[in-house]
Amino acid sequence: MIKKALVLVAALAVLAAACGGGDGDTVAAGDCAVDQVDGDLNFYNWSEYMDPDLITAFEEQYGVSVTESFYESNEAMLSQIQGGVSYDLIVPSDYMVNIMIQEGLLVEFNKDAIPNFANMDPQFTSQPYDDGAKFSAAYQYGTTGLGVNTALVGEDYPNSWALIFDPELTANFAGGVSVLNDPRETMGAALEYLGYSLNDTNIDHLDEATALIQAAKANIATFDSDQYDESLATGEVAVAHGYSGNMIVSMGDADNPEDFVYVLPEEGATLWIDNMAIPTNASSVCTAHTFINFLLDAENGAALTNWNYYGSPNAASVPYLDQDVIDFYADTSSAKLEVIKDQGDYEINYTDKFAEAKS
Amino acid sequence: MSVGVRSKSPTERILAVEALIVFAFLYAPILVLVAFSFNENDNVGIWTRPSFKWYGEMFQNDAVMGALRNSLIVAAISTVVATVLGTATAVALERHRFVGKRTFDGLTYLPVIIPDVTMAVMMLLFFAAAFRMINGLGIFHFQFGLGTISLSHIAFSISFVAIVVRARLGQLDPSLEEAAADLYASRWMAFRKVTLPLIAPAVVGGALLALTVSLDDVVVTSFVAGPGATTLPVYVFGLVRRGVTPLINAVSVLMLGASMVLVLVSLVFQRDRGARTRSDAGGA
Amino acid sequence: MTTDLRPPESDPEITAVTPELERDAEKADARRGLLIAAPAALFLILFFAVPLVIVFVYSFATRSSTGLTLLEGWNLESYRRLFDPLVGEIALRSVMLALATTVICLVLSYPLAYYMATRSATVRNIMLVLVMIPFWSNFLVRTYAWRVLLGTEGPLSQLSQALGGEPIRVLFTNTAVLIGLVYGFLPFMVLPLYAALERMDWSLVEAGRDLYATGWTAFRKITFPLSLPGVIAGSILVFIPTLGAYVTPAILGGAKTTLLGDYIVSQFLAARNQPFGSALSFAVLAVMLVATIVYFRTGAKNL
Repeated sequence: MIKKALVLVAALAVLAAACGGGDGDTVAAGDCAVDQVDGDLNFYNWSEYMDPDLITAFEEQYGVSVTESFYESNEAMLSQIQGGVSYDLIVPSDYMVNIMIQEGLLVEFNKDAIPNFANMDPQFTSQPYDDGAKFSAAYQYGTTGLGVNTALVGEDYPNSWALIFDPELTANFAGGVSVLNDPRETMGAALEYLGYSLNDTNIDHLDEATALIQAAKANIATFDSDQYDESLATGEVAVAHGYSGNMIVSMGDADNPEDFVYVLPEEGATLWIDNMAIPTNASSVCTAHTFINFLLDAENGAALTNWNYYGSPNAASVPYLDQDVIDFYADTSSAKLEVIKDQGDYEINYTDKFAEAKS
Repeated sequence: MSVGVRSKSPTERILAVEALIVFAFLYAPILVLVAFSFNENDNVGIWTRPSFKWYGEMFQNDAVMGALRNSLIVAAISTVVATVLGTATAVALERHRFVGKRTFDGLTYLPVIIPDVTMAVMMLLFFAAAFRMINGLGIFHFQFGLGTISLSHIAFSISFVAIVVRARLGQLDPSLEEAAADLYASRWMAFRKVTLPLIAPAVVGGALLALTVSLDDVVVTSFVAGPGATTLPVYVFGLVRRGVTPLINAVSVLMLGASMVLVLVSLVFQRDRGARTRSDAGGA
Repeated sequence: MTTDLRPPESDPEITAVTPELERDAEKADARRGLLIAAPAALFLILFFAVPLVIVFVYSFATRSSTGLTLLEGWNLESYRRLFDPLVGEIALRSVMLALATTVICLVLSYPLAYYMATRSATVRNIMLVLVMIPFWSNFLVRTYAWRVLLGTEGPLSQLSQALGGEPIRVLFTNTAVLIGLVYGFLPFMVLPLYAALERMDWSLVEAGRDLYATGWTAFRKITFPLSLPGVIAGSILVFIPTLGAYVTPAILGGAKTTLLGDYIVSQFLAARNQPFGSALSFAVLAVMLVATIVYFRTGAKNL
């Protein structure tokens, strides 16, 4: 009898697996009014990206509680969303927004509930990955580059990705280097170092990049997307590959800030835009709209940027920004910057080759 | 077991030293962890001054307390259910013959040898598919959360309890239960008054094992948890990946202290019970 | 409900033990057994067997370009990929690490277990409790303890610097992972060894000594072979979890060399390749299943 039950249930299992079924709830974003909340907020974000004071302010102003969860790469976030885990607000990067729109994973905004959209700098509402900003609202933008500890590296360093990829050079750095644990970023950096584009779709070039990273691994202390800035500031590594804002903040907090420099390699670096978006299986869609509106407020947007030192897409925030931040991002517009683009069917190769490079 | 008079031979001395070294190896990290939880410095490895500040912070920290609460809830549910089901399994397998017994027997061993990544993957795919099917009907809206965690924990704990209880059942003299039957006790009465007291230490041991396994679990829980449903080990795991502060040390000491208390309590319980049942059964 | 101790009325029909009576009794016993087993069986079937089947089914599915699992175009692609050199490399590395852990655990545990088993009852029990305490305390916490100890700025490093040496750079290497694994699984080796040695009939050793065997010969020819079930049990209890280890390498290993556990997990996170991840999980499970069956076949009765 047990055997029969097993067979029956095995059949049931195959049936269950096969019943993909509909996408479940279709959420009525159209019903949301300004400042309306319909439950607590499940916020899925990159780590050290949101000012805790802003969260508290939101909770107090609207009487809801916010639960923050963190991810370290767009791909990891996507797999959670695809897996059916329900979040109310996520922060995908530019190319990931494109992927998620195509997969039908994002809710189209009800702009009536987000009047502060008017504060957004127009160039951020007409991006190729979401023209018209129907599914995504720019959160922060920034660059990915190298934090260099000149006390450990010396004053005479090349303005290049060689700082992490050239084993002969990195062998001299006490503590080694730290590289991002992100497939597109790290493979992209390797491709750029080899003279190709960040968005190159030639598998041979990708193989070259893989070999490059494997050769450089001897002096790569760790692949890290969360603590690279602290590792750099405490002197644990000599060079760290990471995002501009976190880098600047940690370098400023270090014991010896004058030793640190943020470098955008001349071969090219990433310019990225992160965006707020609402997954289709969110349970508090209106709260999510209200939160987006809250962050697009001129002063709140400035508070966020002043806290995490990334670029603000909010034109109305400019009068409230710290001068350092404005100066910093004014400088970066001269470097050679590329935006990551989704490459459709080829996309998985970056992740697979990155896994190979790391192993 | 007596080995007679033993001289302090060189072998003896070497063995004693080795034993000491291994114990030192086992306990040193724990002691260091505890010591540094009282460290004032933000940096985990550098000692500055004794302080209780991390313990204060820990109790104020909503995330930590929430995770602790979730851990306890899940552990309580899974321990109780797994112990009941596991004991039933052990009794059924050890004392009865029925169709499909061999298959069931094999099935109960699988959760023990399955690697926890495989288990985590299994449960994720299962729940994802189940939710797609059920939520699609529109009546319920299930989500990943404490429920999915508890169900997963029960799934692998049942076997641990079953193995422990079964070992004990195997050691029991079946004539005791037959004697009860001779005295016209019903099956249930025989179980309650004779078998259960005799296997009680094993049931408690199995329950303790289920509790430990549930509180220890990281991989399976992290795959089937939802937002806001973190358990303490998963939370600590996340913290460790992102940045270590002595706060984690304080949390760890809390978890350590709790498990040690549990062990000692259960040992005392087992010794008491053991003594009583031996005299009850007349030295069986 | 009081227990009625008076014998039932004599009934000639039930006093004779006929074959029919025996059959009925067996059937009743079987029914009872099924009833008792049913809830647990149903639970395990629904929440264990079914998920296992789903993983098996998924391992033949295809992956969409964005990482969704499509239940069509059934293929053996995932299993073919198991033979890629990359997978072989990762598998080999994991097996080597698991073997090293097992051997080191054995070498460390055997003398300890032997020592424990040859003490008086009180000392034995105290030592047993001392070994159990780390075993019962949280695995994650114990592994994290090594993260603290092995840090470049940590206590061990400061100790070595105080002694005039260099700061140690062990964290985030394979060595750190090995230390962490040995530490985490040591009790799993000690306990079965101790159980086997404690149960042993030591008079056999005495007999050997009476026959002029030296201590070492007695150990080699009598004690060790008799403790072999414990050695095998302990080895399996250490090797199997270590092969699929995920937490320890994640905390102490620093994402630089990939092991099986992390490789499987990454297929479900960043790589979003569920068919391949399922094939990997299933393959690892199959290997462990074989190892366990081999163990049971070598005569050991329980873990």
